[in-house]
Amino acid sequence: MEQLLRNILDNDFFVYTAMAIVPLLWILPYALGVIWLERKVSAHMQDRLGPMRTGGWHGWAQTIADMMKLLQKEDIVPAAADKKLHTLAPYLMFIGAYAVYATIPFSSDYIGSDLNIGLFYIVAVSSITAVAILMSGWSSNNKWSLLGAMRSVAQIVSYEIPTILALLAVVMIAGTLNLQEINKMQTGWFWNWFVFQKFPFIFIAFIIYFVASLAETNRTPFDIPEAESEIVAGYITEYSGMKFAMFMLSEFVNMFAVSAIAATVFLGGWNSPFGEFMSGPVWGVFWFLSKGMFFVFIQMWLRWTLPRLRVDQLMYVSWKVLTPWAFACIVCVGLWMML
Amino acid sequence: MNLFDIIFYFFAFITLASAGIVVFSRNIIYAAFSLLFTFFGVAGIYVLLNADFIAVAQLLIYVGGILVLLLFGVMLTNKVVSVDIKTGTLQTLPASLLAAMTAGSICGVFYATDWKIVQSVPDVSTTTHRLGEMFLTTYLLPFEVASLILLVALIGAAMIARRGKTIF
Repeated sequence: MEQLLRNILDNDFFVYTAMAIVPLLWILPYALGVIWLERKVSAHMQDRLGPMRTGGWHGWAQTIADMMKLLQKEDIVPAAADKKLHTLAPYLMFIGAYAVYATIPFSSDYIGSDLNIGLFYIVAVSSITAVAILMSGWSSNNKWSLLGAMRSVAQIVSYEIPTILALLAVVMIAGTLNLQEINKMQTGWFWNWFVFQKFPFIFIAFIIYFVASLAETNRTPFDIPEAESEIVAGYITEYSGMKFAMFMLSEFVNMFAVSAIAATVFLGGWNSPFGEFMSGPVWGVFWFLSKGMFFVFIQMWLRWTLPRLRVDQLMYVSWKVLTPWAFACIVCVGLWMML
Repeated sequence: MNLFDIIFYFFAFITLASAGIVVFSRNIIYAAFSLLFTFFGVAGIYVLLNADFIAVAQLLIYVGGILVLLLFGVMLTNKVVSVDIKTGTLQTLPASLLAAMTAGSICGVFYATDWKIVQSVPDVSTTTHRLGEMFLTTYLLPFEVASLILLVALIGAAMIARRGKTIF
């Protein structure tokens, strides 16, 4: 991919820019599609139909219509808000969400930056989101916003620990932090995927990662930062128009990012589940995206199935359930490797 | 001026400009948030120096940990609806003396050190492997002592936070 771009563009700057834009080509249509999907999934789980009219077939154009509406809305900044930070926060949020895509391998032929420490980079760069949330919560000058932001950051910081520990269990087997290398190790049939290695320890690590990643993206059952029955909409209470849309977009971008990491690290990423069958760079994109979308669907499924956790339950799950189990997984995997 | 230079000056500009805001801003919240860009710029310069692991560790520890802690501290001491905390200028003479001494010693080190400029960059593609080996061989004792100190600090923080409810 990089070589191809280099042949066409013949300039380092343009090549790197093009490489950086490629994930955006997936993210934008994905966000439109997945917001529609979220409504359809939620509707069908509640025995409703969801949007049916806009665009004809099952209301497929509903998100496009909503986006047009958001674009035309007045951009309201509360009088007592801190204007500079209030404006900066949504963009910083999107930067934090998009920066993760730099080291996610979409195919055996495409990865934004083939970093040697890709997984570590992903873990680190997603902490920009926490700062952006604090920024939006504080600058809105609204009690609900600040409470939501505080809750959100407390949640993200706590759940980072089980996330990192669960990923570390895989890194111990793989012996590398490079996501492309991790993918290459899982080539072949689906039993080569890391989730089925050292059974059942990596499988437990995978469950821990998935639960913790739900909390990291503020999805239900961990959506207390945006709990509408308690604190209106949390840190996005005072946002309207395109700034609100940026937060919305960042949330869905984050959802796919954590799903993509789960797919890449535990489920073989762009590898075909059936050995050589339908494998190759182009089919790789297909497998990667379908695995990612599968987890996005599971996130929606959980959202419309499970009730919201209380704050104390949230902290209990992170510190007294997930973290000790993640440590136990690491120790067991380590012992297994020593034997 | 090639791409490397452009990126270097870009990150240097981000670092210096945001550090300027940290120092000169009268609004303490602006100062705290500008630190994000300072850390980011410094991390970028680390990457240019082939120190990728340190760059990412910088982001993880400073942005994800220390900056968030700092922001929490600033926000909890400052009621949202009340007047902003402003920074003032106090004790100008001792502060400027101390700053001048620090700057002087840094400059002294900078000029006195015999910097080794390597023309061909050695292979640094596996920094993590080498760091890991170093930690578990040459620098095992400092590494373990540092982790022990952190553990003690963690237990101490938990103890202080719990005091009043337990036997103490």
